[in-house]
Amino acid sequence: MTAIDWGWFPDHLGDMASLTLEHLSIAVPAVLLGLLIALPLAVVAHRVRMLRGLILGASNVLFTIPSLAFFVLLLPVTGLTRSTAVTGLTIYTLVVLIRNTVEGLDSVPSRAREASLAMGSRPLRTLLTVELPLALPVIMAGVRVATVMAISLVSVASYIGYGGLGQLFTDGFQRSYTTPVIAGVLLTLLLALLADAVLVAVQYLCTPWARHRTNAKGA
Amino acid sequence: MHALGPAPYERQGGLTVLELLSHLAHWLTSPAQWSGSGGIAVRLLEHLRYSLLATFVGAVLALPLGLLIGHTRRFAFLAINLAGFGRALPTVGLVTLVFLAGGLSMWPVYVSLVALAVPVIVTNTYAGMTAVDPDVTDAARGVGMTGLQVLWQIELPLALPLVMTGLRLALIQVVSTATIAAYVSFGGLGRYIFDGLAQRDLVQVLGGAVLVAVLAVLLDLVLAAVQRSLFRHRPAAAR
Repeated sequence: MTAIDWGWFPDHLGDMASLTLEHLSIAVPAVLLGLLIALPLAVVAHRVRMLRGLILGASNVLFTIPSLAFFVLLLPVTGLTRSTAVTGLTIYTLVVLIRNTVEGLDSVPSRAREASLAMGSRPLRTLLTVELPLALPVIMAGVRVATVMAISLVSVASYIGYGGLGQLFTDGFQRSYTTPVIAGVLLTLLLALLADAVLVAVQYLCTPWARHRTNAKGA
Repeated sequence: MHALGPAPYERQGGLTVLELLSHLAHWLTSPAQWSGSGGIAVRLLEHLRYSLLATFVGAVLALPLGLLIGHTRRFAFLAINLAGFGRALPTVGLVTLVFLAGGLSMWPVYVSLVALAVPVIVTNTYAGMTAVDPDVTDAARGVGMTGLQVLWQIELPLALPLVMTGLRLALIQVVSTATIAAYVSFGGLGRYIFDGLAQRDLVQVLGGAVLVAVLAVLLDLVLAAVQRSLFRHRPAAAR
């Protein structure tokens, strides 16, 4: 194995920074878009028993499709653009996001919901101000898993030219040069770790009522 | 840094979606495509061989570890961190790294597929073990069972549904990811995807992707059926 070429790093700081940004510009919209789709679907799955199996089953089937296949299947629709990468990843985050949101909503004590309704809140208000906040720890656990997965999977999109740090793998592979590959792996791991830490902080800030309890379940 | 990777892909010139689908259907069903050394039948078997072997090796490594962590209730942080690490580790990077380190062999493929399978199996096995009611294991110890007996006769059977779920999830992910074998010049269904990308043959790429997806879904259905028949007597089993 060729040793790491340390001289490569200072010469490519700019590349690493721009690839990291590209990486984030694919992973972050994918997770946000995934949440946007998953939340309403999960609420429906939580409320309507008949659709529950259908929604959860469908998202499970989507999960079985290889991520590379997603990107490729989207090519005729979205072409070779960044949206192909984002859309493919979005679909991949859905299964975790939907499942955790449904589980989170299920875990809300029915007393809390009933109390809110009895006090005159409309169902939508109850959902937004009582149920979703109480379900937040489990939902956030899903968001964390989905984010880490998305960051790791962005590199698959390097096959279609939008891989963020994954470009370093293709680069190293084509030139039989180990250093960029190691840099890419380490930066991806670091990025996933940082994103996870940010989400933990966000959850801490969003759930002031949970701070004095022992660790929220889910993670 | 200029654009790397495969040549930019252009929309298949003037092909409507309907035409594309009909080409795809033809590709998937023509007998010529299925036979021969590069035929779908051969690629399908290669893909199955990589996937099953990697999942099996992953299970051999991961099951004892998951059982040990679950039984002793120690090193739980190991299971949790392993899961996070496994999710964050980019498989494409790992396969490239092992390939550059070890040269042309099946090692890069198996190392990265096993690395994909192990965390999933460990965490689900561990989760299954911790879900076992401590009253039950206490009772088992109370009637004089040794630690090993408790593990084999009490904990493992009770944890089995989640262990199976872990194996299923691992197999799905391995089947999906085994396409990377073609990336380092081996076979499997990924061959169609990478060759198609290189030749800008969208139909071939789509055909490969559809085959991998169908294989993953079918294997999952088979394992789900096995799981159901194993635990038929348990109303609240699995998941």
